[in-house]
Amino acid sequence: MASPQSVLPGALIEPGEAPFITGPSAITDDLLEQLLRKALERGGDFADLFFEYRRHASISMEDGRVRSVGGGVDLGLGVRVVQGAAVGYAYSESLELDEMLAAAQTASRIASSGESRAPVAVKRLALTTRYPVAAEVVDAEGAARVAILRRADAAARAADSRVRRVDASLVAVHKEILVCSSTGNVGYDVQPMVRMGVSVVASDGQRVESGQSGGGGRFGLDYFERVTPEDHGREAARIALVTLDSRPTPAGTMPVVLAPGDAGILLHEAVGHGLEADFNRKRTSNYTDRIGQSVASPLVTVVDDPGIVGSRGSINVDDEGEVPMEHRLIEGGILRAYMQDRISARFFGLPTAGSGRRESFRDVPMPRMTNTLMMPGEDDPEDIIRSVKRGIYAKKFSGGQVNISNGDFVFSLTEAYLIEDGKLTGPLKSANLTGNGPEALTTVSMLGHDFALSDGMWTCGKDGQSAPVGVGMPTVILDRLTVGGTAV
Amino acid sequence: MEMEAVASHALDVLKRLGAQHAEVSVGVGRELEVVVRQGEVELVKEAASSGLSVRVIVDDRVAVSSTTDLGRASVEAFLARAIDMARISEPDPLAAPPDPSELEHDPPLLELFDPRTELIGADEGIAMARRAEAAAFARDARITSSEGASFGRSSAHSVLATSGGFLGQKSGTYQSLSVQAIADDADGKKRNGGYWTGARFRDDLEDAEFVGREAADRAVRFLGSAKMDTGVVPVVFDKEAARAIVGLVASCIVGDAIYRQRSYLAERLGTRIGSSWLTLIDDPGVPRGPGSRAFDGEGRPVPRRDVTESGTLQSLLLDTYSARKLNLAPTGSASGGGGIPHASTSNFYLAAGDRGPETLLDGISRGLYVVRMMGFGFDPVTGDFSRGAEGFLIEDGKLTRPVGEITISRNLDELLGGIEAVANDLEFKTSVASPSFRVDAMTIGGT
Repeated sequence: MASPQSVLPGALIEPGEAPFITGPSAITDDLLEQLLRKALERGGDFADLFFEYRRHASISMEDGRVRSVGGGVDLGLGVRVVQGAAVGYAYSESLELDEMLAAAQTASRIASSGESRAPVAVKRLALTTRYPVAAEVVDAEGAARVAILRRADAAARAADSRVRRVDASLVAVHKEILVCSSTGNVGYDVQPMVRMGVSVVASDGQRVESGQSGGGGRFGLDYFERVTPEDHGREAARIALVTLDSRPTPAGTMPVVLAPGDAGILLHEAVGHGLEADFNRKRTSNYTDRIGQSVASPLVTVVDDPGIVGSRGSINVDDEGEVPMEHRLIEGGILRAYMQDRISARFFGLPTAGSGRRESFRDVPMPRMTNTLMMPGEDDPEDIIRSVKRGIYAKKFSGGQVNISNGDFVFSLTEAYLIEDGKLTGPLKSANLTGNGPEALTTVSMLGHDFALSDGMWTCGKDGQSAPVGVGMPTVILDRLTVGGTAV
Repeated sequence: MEMEAVASHALDVLKRLGAQHAEVSVGVGRELEVVVRQGEVELVKEAASSGLSVRVIVDDRVAVSSTTDLGRASVEAFLARAIDMARISEPDPLAAPPDPSELEHDPPLLELFDPRTELIGADEGIAMARRAEAAAFARDARITSSEGASFGRSSAHSVLATSGGFLGQKSGTYQSLSVQAIADDADGKKRNGGYWTGARFRDDLEDAEFVGREAADRAVRFLGSAKMDTGVVPVVFDKEAARAIVGLVASCIVGDAIYRQRSYLAERLGTRIGSSWLTLIDDPGVPRGPGSRAFDGEGRPVPRRDVTESGTLQSLLLDTYSARKLNLAPTGSASGGGGIPHASTSNFYLAAGDRGPETLLDGISRGLYVVRMMGFGFDPVTGDFSRGAEGFLIEDGKLTRPVGEITISRNLDELLGGIEAVANDLEFKTSVASPSFRVDAMTIGGT
């Protein structure tokens, strides 16, 4: 049985290359205290400093030729001052003292008590890493990175003579954050990331169809030993070829079997967002005031786990300086907890829990998901498919969206099959699934034992900020979901 | 001025380091964002930013890079790294910038910058947001909550300089005010409705009270929303939903999508791609337009273009690279500046018809009026379209009840061919815009 595993505490996080951690402009404890003092000089409940250094390298290959190489460094400090639920925010794109102090002063204007607060003496947390990486992709020689794309390109072309065009891309990021809160905690993390994508166009002379495959996570070059570039090339070609034979998807309400892995995006959209504490603090979520109540079939247990080795959504410390642990959100169908950032936790009178994330130093943190998972059950996936007389088997997805206030969601299928009399028959054209999150989860009647984590490619958007996330789930059947095809 | 100095210094350094061609963009910006919820301030964010981005070509090899550190020494090191990066790339003679003779030498002066925008302080923004939110609560007792009201403003100046001799400067401002109101439905569901106003000039913003009232109306109108039956019916797209459809067409007529075979319109230039109502225009010169520009990201002039005329695809939107790939003339549609140029729309819209939007319902015995769509169900390669939709049931030419949790589907090629009436309610609030229109039939996925 495959189920997600958290790493045991591993090696200490070693200082990296960020100018705020090493060299002449390294930020000392005295400087942290000076900046926090400035931020709180007009009062406020708390303040935090978020230093970020981000170096990225990207290559895009079009039709077998490297079209462009890109890269760059982003560096800055975000300062936040909080009084009640009011946030003052400013950032500096430089580590010059006067510019950092100016940002702290701008953020401080939110506070009105006029009574300055002295921050607690800062203390650097000794953190261990959940994603140790030996050789980061961002540091690999250009030729080595090009070779990875070339392997994917060749495998896709070799897959079938109907493959007409292959595009591929590789993006690698090395990110370091240093977070210091006026509670005194100083967290530091090194967050590597790699993502590769392959896109194939196939044609049989009559129809033209496309297929995509991608993956990655908080891995180094070792990622390509787990999943090879050839795997992604062949997978993109396979989807394009399967789709050449696809027929119109039926429209209407019917049973839908979700394949393991990628379907976790439904969980993320349909349930996850509604369990972020800010929406519940503001009473705008469908799950407001429902802690302790039944919100899903008794088969359903949902967790948000920031500690999965190498997964795209994993973090060692959140963007408010808290060390996040696994959150059990729904257990046996009962709503147990929301995902809290510091402001929400203060509102609900709970300890801070490590779900505060932000896109960059230019953005305020808010409660966000990391890796959102539905835990496996006991059913054989074959039995689940066999139980359906007429329905849809949904295998691959390109994305989704939810209306938080009522839980209505939509997500897009890129690979799906018709189920007729318990068997998978022809492939279907791309279509949407729509439903209501809380309602859909009450219709889960069978749950597979085949948990799978989606290979890392998901980026979550909320209030204009994007964040890398992971999802995972076993085979699941939803008894009634609306399928948005064209065939009536 | 300082930005021009940074840009020309960067060009000099790049030439010295052996760059064959270079495009440099330098920009500075300022922003203010405030959020108010239930009368209380939730966020005041103020910041200034600056950046330098370059595209360099060395021996026909391309690299792009950007930095926020404009210190002289840092810039020189940054540019040297960009040159090094280009050496990893592969030679592509088509990537060369436009010939200098093709560049814009006298960019038109567009009215895109309002000097009053930067004068709006946090207190004034908070006051506007408070008035808008209060108007939403006052409008209807069924408004029980608010996701907040926000005001934002931004201003930006930038310079584009190229080794071909182009030098252009642009300045722009934008401000917006929005409210998200919430009503509680009988079954415990929450219904949200939002409204926003946004403009390059402060005086073009709609009144704060109006914004609040509209948000409230847009929430309560969904009370009692329910699915409708699966079937094939005529569909009227309200202008806000219609704009999303026009945006899908836009994604299929830009150069990259065509030469990369990521568009169902790849082989359709000169042929019919929609009904006679389909006249699509890309106009970079709309006065105060959100997508207006005086030159493109490669320094070319930017003429207005009829992309389709009465249903026939007349022109694609092309940057230099995609035009060379396709053996067509570039259209001055390159986005950005200092990055990899991609063709993009400026102000792209469906030409208005001459009837009031309410008359689109005439003669429909049973249909759907769509005001909001969700999800991303569009495959540009095939044109297959399927999205979640919210709106109202049309019965005997009238809106009878709210509808939600359904999907609407049809191939975009057929959908455009099925446009049978276009209203006169076009407005340039967004850079992709459309009047409301009616489509003869779409498949509803419902009960």
